[in-house]
Amino acid sequence: MTEVKATMAGSVWKIIAEKGKTIKSGEDIAILESMKMEIPITSSSDGVLKEWKVTEGDFVDEGDTIAIIE
Amino acid sequence: MFEKILIANRGEIAARIIRSCKKLGIKTVAVYSDADRQAKFVDLADESYHIGPAPVSKSYMNIENVIEAAKRSGADAVHPGYGLLSEQASFAEACELESLTFIGPKPAAIEKMGSKVMARQTMKDAGIPIVPGSSDPVADVEEAAAIAEKIGYPVMIKASAGGGGIGMVLAENQKTLKERFPDTSKRAAMLFGDGTMFIEKVISRARHIEVQLLADSYGNVVHLFERECSIQRRHQKVIEEAPSGTVQPDLRKKLGMTAVKAARAIGYENAGTIEFLMDEEQNFYFLEMNTRLQVEHPVTEEITGVDIVEEQIKIAAGHRLGIKQDNLKINGHAIETRIYAEDPYTFYPSPGRITSLKLPEGKGIRHELAVRENAEVTPYYDPMIGKLVVSAASRKEAIQLLKGALDHYHVDGIKTNIPMLKEIVSHEQFEKSNTLTSFIEDYYLKGIRNQKEKEKSK
Repeated sequence: MTEVKATMAGSVWKIIAEKGKTIKSGEDIAILESMKMEIPITSSSDGVLKEWKVTEGDFVDEGDTIAIIE
Repeated sequence: MFEKILIANRGEIAARIIRSCKKLGIKTVAVYSDADRQAKFVDLADESYHIGPAPVSKSYMNIENVIEAAKRSGADAVHPGYGLLSEQASFAEACELESLTFIGPKPAAIEKMGSKVMARQTMKDAGIPIVPGSSDPVADVEEAAAIAEKIGYPVMIKASAGGGGIGMVLAENQKTLKERFPDTSKRAAMLFGDGTMFIEKVISRARHIEVQLLADSYGNVVHLFERECSIQRRHQKVIEEAPSGTVQPDLRKKLGMTAVKAARAIGYENAGTIEFLMDEEQNFYFLEMNTRLQVEHPVTEEITGVDIVEEQIKIAAGHRLGIKQDNLKINGHAIETRIYAEDPYTFYPSPGRITSLKLPEGKGIRHELAVRENAEVTPYYDPMIGKLVVSAASRKEAIQLLKGALDHYHVDGIKTNIPMLKEIVSHEQFEKSNTLTSFIEDYYLKGIRNQKEKEKSK
């Protein structure tokens, strides 16, 4: 199991990957937005997206868990 | 002269404009969003009006709300600052309709320079050299590829309505052009409401040189020499200086005269800046015109002794320019570093609470600040929290002063780009004025990657 973490503080602008789908390492799963900048969040491992810890519009801090990949 | 000016902006530039208003004995009105209730600039103004929720589209960029606040306050003029509504012709028009003086150029000039495609054509017609590229909007990816083939790769794909480094993407070859063109156009349509694109050749080993202009409504135009703003990250300026470390008097004169000619060609009024890209042979090409006050205006103020905001206000009030070109002289050297709330290595934004703020003080040190201790840096706006400006007799002394000032600039609670600024200003290539737009990539980022490799191999 791997936790995908936020690389910066900001709000969750878009959730791209669906729960239950197979994700490849390096694939964008969500986009964070902060200070007029959009940063894609990529998965660090292959696996199935088991759970989303956030929804669109949520505010996250750097290091917060965004999703769980198994 | 005006009695009361509303500042349709926020942060450090709102504070800066208030300062010049106070000097002229003009009352000031601030407007603020939910996120800026506690902001410093709101306290500095004589009056303030709440104009909506945090997102800019609902507050600072909501023309109706800003105009409403201006009417309620009884202001007779509006200063738009930079960014936000400053380059929206429709805002300048809305002000005029309500008998509020817009402190800036006429709407027609904003419109002409706001469309990058139209600006290129206008400047070409006026005999100003432009960056080689498409003269008309590019219809689709096929046409883009055909033009790129003709002018040669690498090329920049740019949004006609873009600016501030947003809406532009590099294409090294046909493959990347075909991949990136549709997305960039789609993004431009989403961000600016206009998906019109054009193609420009990439000027390699370029410097960013710009000329500050002041023009009154009687046809008098002067230039306040050049600024060099080559040190950029994500196509946004980080360090700016005046004068440039490489421009010699003959070239300076040529740059200034070209910029004045460009301003005359469009009947420009108020403060404006012509941006040029300059290649290794010191050929320069028109990039764009900013029809507003610029972030980096303080370096020009430091070397000329001119208060640019004060001049803007006087010009808008119908005064004649009191400055003659022959009386303008360069006095010393000034450097500005932008303090960004961001990770110094990834450039990712770092919002949060500033728990402690300690600033360098002394002769030749000037601060423009958006924040204070215990201020919350919110994720809604640009990450720039302040500007550190130093001036001294020579470039060498200015760099020395800047190094010391950065060592004493302490921001706690959030990440800032100060570690990066320190590295850049102590780099020997910066000291030698070998400042190209690729500086951060060539020296700073490469250095970090090499460091990481070394650590790995240990």
